[in-house]
Amino acid sequence: MNDLLAGLGEALRLILTLDAELIEITLRSLRVTLSALAVACAIGLPLGGALAVWRFRQRRFVIATMNALIALPPVVVGLVVYLLLSRSGPLGVLGLLFTPAAMIVAQVVIITPLVASIAHQALRDLWAVYHDLLISMNATRWQRIATLLIDGRRALLTAALAGFGRAIGEVGAIMIVGGNIDGATRVLTTAIALETGRGDFALAIGLGVVLIGLSLTVSWASHWIMRTERRGTW
Amino acid sequence: MVTALPLRLSGATLARRGKRLVGPVDLEIGAGSITAVIGPNGSGKTSLLRMMHGLQRPASGRVEWSLPDTQARTRQAYVFQQPIALRRTVLANLAYPLRLRGLPRAEAHARAEAQAARFDLSDKLAQSAPSLSGGEMQRLALARALVTAPEILFADEPCAALDGRAMREIETRLIGASARTRLIIATHDMGQARRIASDVIFLLHGRVHETGPVETFFASPQTPEARAFLKGDIVE
Ligand SMILES: Nc1ncnc2c1ncn2[C@@H]1O[C@H](COP(=O)(O)OP(=O)(O)O)[C@@H](O)[C@H]1O
Ligand SMILES: [Mg+2]
Repeated sequence: MNDLLAGLGEALRLILTLDAELIEITLRSLRVTLSALAVACAIGLPLGGALAVWRFRQRRFVIATMNALIALPPVVVGLVVYLLLSRSGPLGVLGLLFTPAAMIVAQVVIITPLVASIAHQALRDLWAVYHDLLISMNATRWQRIATLLIDGRRALLTAALAGFGRAIGEVGAIMIVGGNIDGATRVLTTAIALETGRGDFALAIGLGVVLIGLSLTVSWASHWIMRTERRGTW
Repeated sequence: MVTALPLRLSGATLARRGKRLVGPVDLEIGAGSITAVIGPNGSGKTSLLRMMHGLQRPASGRVEWSLPDTQARTRQAYVFQQPIALRRTVLANLAYPLRLRGLPRAEAHARAEAQAARFDLSDKLAQSAPSLSGGEMQRLALARALVTAPEILFADEPCAALDGRAMREIETRLIGASARTRLIIATHDMGQARRIASDVIFLLHGRVHETGPVETFFASPQTPEARAFLKGDIVE
């Protein structure tokens, strides 16, 4: 209990004095997560749209697989990415292991199915409304997908926020592929794990407060967006 | 002039899960102004229009335009029984069919604004389409369908949920549009058919029971079913 209180006090001090290490780690976390999110959205949002409008034979199978991939254990993703990127692995020549790029790769694998799945559900509902009109107007397949992505943008934002929340709080995979190297690949979650192990609770709690703050902000934002979405104002 | 008309249906049927909903229908729709497809609820008006427009494939028989399907398709437009609003502004809704055809944004918007003026929607341009009233929504759907100047327009009960004034506004515009567009309108409102149509197709149980000029049909219906329907009897 004392550790927690002392830690909170120290955490507050670190945050208020804009502690250099805290800022560095936070910014790296954001950089890695936002990069991964950008890639995941670039893949997942059009994929969600395509699965909503495109009727092909293996569609159900693809959707079921995508939904199953959401539950992929991050540690296992980390392990696989590690093996792919390790010096003797097939992508070893790229020299990405233990760099932020490796962490981004792992996070992309973890959150793309989530982003795609949420996007698909929202766009499928919108497609049910738009279907007859867009068919009647002869919209091409790409125009249909583009229309859904544009008009469903609010729902897509919530998909992106969910991806952000999952990525920013992830620790297992990025610990394995990033290595938690001070000044290079240390991010909020891996730093918390490390400082807790070392007994430096102040920094750990400070980092934890920042992490929770980021997650809460995102969660509030998504609730707010959903509310305005339901009211139909935009 | 190149034209997609006449449209020919020969032995066309529409089925759902093995059950026949419409047909077999033999029809020819040639040049003209406004054709009303009439009949009680469930008689197959919506199904017939959707099949003509190509939203539903016939289970048997043929639906043939005088141009290849892909060309005929771009010359048609359709107004649905429940108007479908894109979740965009009124302006963006009106510009949408033009944008699909590759018109530059500025030109599409200019034409959309001109269309809005014709349909009395100029003060709603920036409003979100789903927030329009029923009458405004129906006017938007019609304006949007006509913005590409289609050769053929299908309108499914375009006044079903409207009160007198809104209905008159729509009817006026339908008549206006019929100068350059062939209209095929489904309605269960006999008064409306009389007011705006030049000829009718009378449907019952998914079958065409009678076709002909409006005056002839209303003055001397040929089948007992049509007589009963016109008398206001409940036809089943
Ligand atoms: N999607 C559908 N599945 C099964 N039956 C349908 C479907 N759509 C219409 N029907 C049936 O087809 C018949 C004709 O319906 P419809 O074309 O909507 O008639 P109308 O427009 O004249 O009211 C009705 O018996 C209706 O129940
Ligand atoms: Mg109907």
